[in-house]
Amino acid sequence: MAEGFVRQLTVFIENRVGTLQEVAEVLKDNDINIYSISLADTSEYGLLRMIVSDPDKGSRILKENSFSAKTTEVVAVKLENKVGTLSSLFGTLAEAGIGIEYMYAMATSRTGAMILKTSDGSKAVEVLKNAGFGLLDEEGMFNLE
Amino acid sequence: MIWNETKECMSRDEMTALQSARLVKQVNHVYHNVEFYRKKMQEVGLEPGDIRGLEDIEKLPFTTKADLRDNYPFGLFAVPKSEIVRIHASSGTTGKATVVGYTRRDLDTWSESVARCITMAGLGREDTIQVAYGYGLFTGGLGAHYGAECVGATVVPQSTGNTKKLVTMMNDFGVTGIMCTPSYLLHIAEVVKEMGLEDSIKLKAAICGAEPWTEKMRLQIEEQLHISAHDIYGLSETMGPGVACDCEYHKGLHIWEDYYLPEIVDKDTFRHVADGETGELVLTNLQKEGMPLIRYRTKDLTSITHEKCECGRTAARISRFKGRTDDMLIIRGVNVFPSQIETALLEAGGVTPQYQIIVDRVNNLDTLEVLVEMEESSFSDEVKEIEALNKRVSHAIQQMIGLAVKVKLVAPKTIERSMGKAVRVIDNRKFD
Ligand SMILES: [Zn+2]
Repeated sequence: MAEGFVRQLTVFIENRVGTLQEVAEVLKDNDINIYSISLADTSEYGLLRMIVSDPDKGSRILKENSFSAKTTEVVAVKLENKVGTLSSLFGTLAEAGIGIEYMYAMATSRTGAMILKTSDGSKAVEVLKNAGFGLLDEEGMFNLE
Repeated sequence: MIWNETKECMSRDEMTALQSARLVKQVNHVYHNVEFYRKKMQEVGLEPGDIRGLEDIEKLPFTTKADLRDNYPFGLFAVPKSEIVRIHASSGTTGKATVVGYTRRDLDTWSESVARCITMAGLGREDTIQVAYGYGLFTGGLGAHYGAECVGATVVPQSTGNTKKLVTMMNDFGVTGIMCTPSYLLHIAEVVKEMGLEDSIKLKAAICGAEPWTEKMRLQIEEQLHISAHDIYGLSETMGPGVACDCEYHKGLHIWEDYYLPEIVDKDTFRHVADGETGELVLTNLQKEGMPLIRYRTKDLTSITHEKCECGRTAARISRFKGRTDDMLIIRGVNVFPSQIETALLEAGGVTPQYQIIVDRVNNLDTLEVLVEMEESSFSDEVKEIEALNKRVSHAIQQMIGLAVKVKLVAPKTIERSMGKAVRVIDNRKFD
């Protein structure tokens, strides 16, 4: 995995009661911790995106349980708790002509981060680093606990 | 009222003689003008002279829908192209359409067939008839239209679509008859009610067909609209709507035997079954010139009676349809084969050929939903990618069957399988 990225676990959620619970249970039974979660919903289905303690294992066992699952590389940007942080983050990306496909926040007792999927991942990592943003890697993710 | 008393009330002996004479003539016509028939007859050692009348019909080979496709587009035409004045077509299982050609006399025969049905429903030259079938390559619209013009009615070529507009015109024009699919008529009935026009409209009869419906549904239509509703049968291969229709006694559909020779055959042995016994309806065009079909297997299951009807007609009656011998579905009047969906999925890509078709009737309109399994590689973390896949699959199916469809993507290996074989069709509509 390229530097500056973390793996996100995405699961296809059919629009019926109980599906989210089934996913959570499969992860629980396999001792996988969920750090952050977001649900993109359409009228027909949802995409559950998660940062978890073991994305590869999560993807494998979910597939074994008849779910559509995959891992994707996303960027996790550390956020300082002060006014203007997001404005500066979005400004940096916009200036570089990088679009945001989707994003969601992650918060722990120690710090917060924004999980981003952009139109150009490598370029996003580069410009964010140059602008002084801290990026989390998967190891750093564990240390947030 | 009877449109053509001579033909509709003919004695059995006279009808048999007429059918025999026409059959002999027709067999000669196709033998000498259509290579397909000539070869088929030669294969079984038949010459036109071997067919001397109705009693010899079982000697003739059957014709199937596959034969129509194999001879696409004009291979079964029995007259020079210059004699063909109209072509209709319906979509086929492999994307190839089933094509039918008509001479000017064929259009007259067709109009007369439909005219008999319209008259049977109590409509005539004093009436205003709305035709709310789709116009175009589908035979429903133009077939009904020409029949209604033939009886001298005032015809409103409404087609399908804007139901409020249809009801407004029905009310403003004093429409007394309507021809459309039964499910669409139930929908129209609801709109009439919504618009508060139940007591204002002048509708007195409806002639519905192109899709299976039940006696219960027919009575429901009669009750909701205070009209008489009639069941019209036909298929584009042998002409279009107007092959048969039920009279005011609603005890089976009178079939126009002087044009469409009916046989009911056992679905396994293909031998004639007795009156009253269920089998597959086989039709022979006795009068058609452009593209006559000999012993065409309709795949529709029914039974027949030759008893004289209380209405005075002697024309044989076939029962309401009891199903199909194949897996064809009729959705909003359109013939759909599950194999067409499979072909569309393979064309679209990104999904497995595992699918499940769910047909339902919501607010009296047929709905078609197709569950499709995503391929593992086409699953994405982005909504727009999945939406694009969904659109691509819907589009491919729509192109193939000509009907709007709702595609629902599901995870791989989730479509129910029984005995290792997927349940392909769930039809929640009730036909009894
Ligand atoms: Zn009758």
